[in-house]
Amino acid sequence: MVGTAVKKLYADIHREIGNFELNITIESEASRIGILGASGSGKSMTLRSIAGIEEVDSGLIRINDRVLFDSDKRINLKPQKRNVGYMFQNYALFPTMTVLKNVMAGMKGSADDNRIKAMEMLKRFRLDGYEDRLPGELSGGQQQRVALARIMVTEPELILLDEPFSALDGYLRDRMQVEMLEMLKDYPGQVIMVSHSRDELYRFSEELFVVRKGEILRHGETKAVFSDPVKIEVAKMTGCKNFSDVKILNERTIEATDWGITIELENKVPEWLGHIGYRAHYFEPVWGEREENCIRFDLVRVDDLPFEKNYYIKPEKTEFREDDLLCWFVQGEEQKRVEQKGLPDYLKLTEDNILLLE
Amino acid sequence: MSTFTQLAGSLDWSPLWISLKTGVVATIISFFLGLWAARKVIKKDYRTKSILDGILTLPMVLPPTVAGFFLLLIFSRRRAFGIFLNDTFNIQVVHTWLGCIIAATVIAFPLMYRNARAAFEQIDANLVYAGRTLGMSELAIFWRIVVPTAGPGIASGTILTFARAMGEYGATSMLAGNIPGKTGTVSQRIAMVIQDGDYMTAGFWVVIVLLITFFAVFLINIITGKHMKNVRKW
Repeated sequence: MVGTAVKKLYADIHREIGNFELNITIESEASRIGILGASGSGKSMTLRSIAGIEEVDSGLIRINDRVLFDSDKRINLKPQKRNVGYMFQNYALFPTMTVLKNVMAGMKGSADDNRIKAMEMLKRFRLDGYEDRLPGELSGGQQQRVALARIMVTEPELILLDEPFSALDGYLRDRMQVEMLEMLKDYPGQVIMVSHSRDELYRFSEELFVVRKGEILRHGETKAVFSDPVKIEVAKMTGCKNFSDVKILNERTIEATDWGITIELENKVPEWLGHIGYRAHYFEPVWGEREENCIRFDLVRVDDLPFEKNYYIKPEKTEFREDDLLCWFVQGEEQKRVEQKGLPDYLKLTEDNILLLE
Repeated sequence: MSTFTQLAGSLDWSPLWISLKTGVVATIISFFLGLWAARKVIKKDYRTKSILDGILTLPMVLPPTVAGFFLLLIFSRRRAFGIFLNDTFNIQVVHTWLGCIIAATVIAFPLMYRNARAAFEQIDANLVYAGRTLGMSELAIFWRIVVPTAGPGIASGTILTFARAMGEYGATSMLAGNIPGKTGTVSQRIAMVIQDGDYMTAGFWVVIVLLITFFAVFLINIITGKHMKNVRKW
């Protein structure tokens, strides 16, 4: 089954509750799908709709050729019949059942066979020796492994991960992200992970959907979404900090009005260009002579972080608003250089790193 | 003390057995009915919930004699339903042990229902959803996840129901009467001997009731105690 399984998810979901509207269409053949969005964006609701534990007004949900929901044909499979595994934010382990009972809870067939299969799964997830413990006696990371073991043992066609790392703290979160990829390595079906963390999804997903206010703003290959977000909201969600309105002066020249500079480009400026974005890590410090596409600035504030320095700077533009403060984040070699030579006279924007936004 | 032992020796113990039997049967009925009603009610929207909740709680807040009055209206052998029961199934409620059970169940049921409902409402809905996505049947989810998780609340509800059912007086006296050896419960015996001025016998029964009741409350604390340990004092 590995590698040969057809993986094709189609989910067209429409729902209206109060003044929130969810209109989401996801079509993907990727094995690892990410949904990025802030809280309240409708990303978890999308997952719950696919699993059948949330009502859907209209739409169509299909895994490969199996229809789970079709409002036109009045098909609405019960969650029990969907064969979709769901990992909840708080893992939802059954508190009165032991680890083994939890893993066996969803299994069909003879108890003896199930026990053997469940024990194998526990072993695979490095939980052997814990089978008689109650969930409350386990660490957060172990609980997450139990939750995943409990899902995997039912052999679902699709696995949904709802903010899987949000209940974990710092160090463990990083470790579990790596572990999760490892545990899912041999899983032949598709996995959707929902998160508000761009780092988690950048690491996890091949294809990314960015959701805001119940709608998909942008989707595509994860790396492409980060390098070319197209929309200003998407750029913000992928972590871009600096934005400016743009006036197109000619085919290859634009004015970044919020920063008070003109930028010369080698490529043609697209007609639809309305804004540009620039990531805080990508400015190049320039000492001495002004080069092309440089910003002169005044330093407003410095934040010292363990491994980087964050400079908040005011561009040279005459009239100035507080939210026009630019962020320049410096780390590693560059940080050493700045510490030796002092603050640069200019920050240079490189064309490759300019995000062209609508 | 010796008078007490003499008394215990010559005493008619039937009220204790009638009360215990009534308590046990009424508790079993209330247990299943209460869980079922609680499950139904929490599914409803807020308005229906409020109305249903009011109706189901009513027997607990009404004076038991008022409940007894309604029960008599329903089951009296001079009225339609009572006649129907008697003629069709040969079932008599008034002045029978069945009357004791019905009266005790009606009065004690709300305790079971309310405790179960409160316990169910505390349950993380994700547990139920998880059960569903794992393919568990609704019945399995209810008995294997919901009820055990709501365990302490349900247990204390059950014990309170038992204590209330065992001590029922008002509605029982109206519906079942106080027929010695048949419907004469402990509570009714106490009232009866006090009317006769026999404070010694009354006192004896009072001690027994106190013991049973204290034991019941003690049991609740043991069952819920595990969770109480983690509660911070304030």
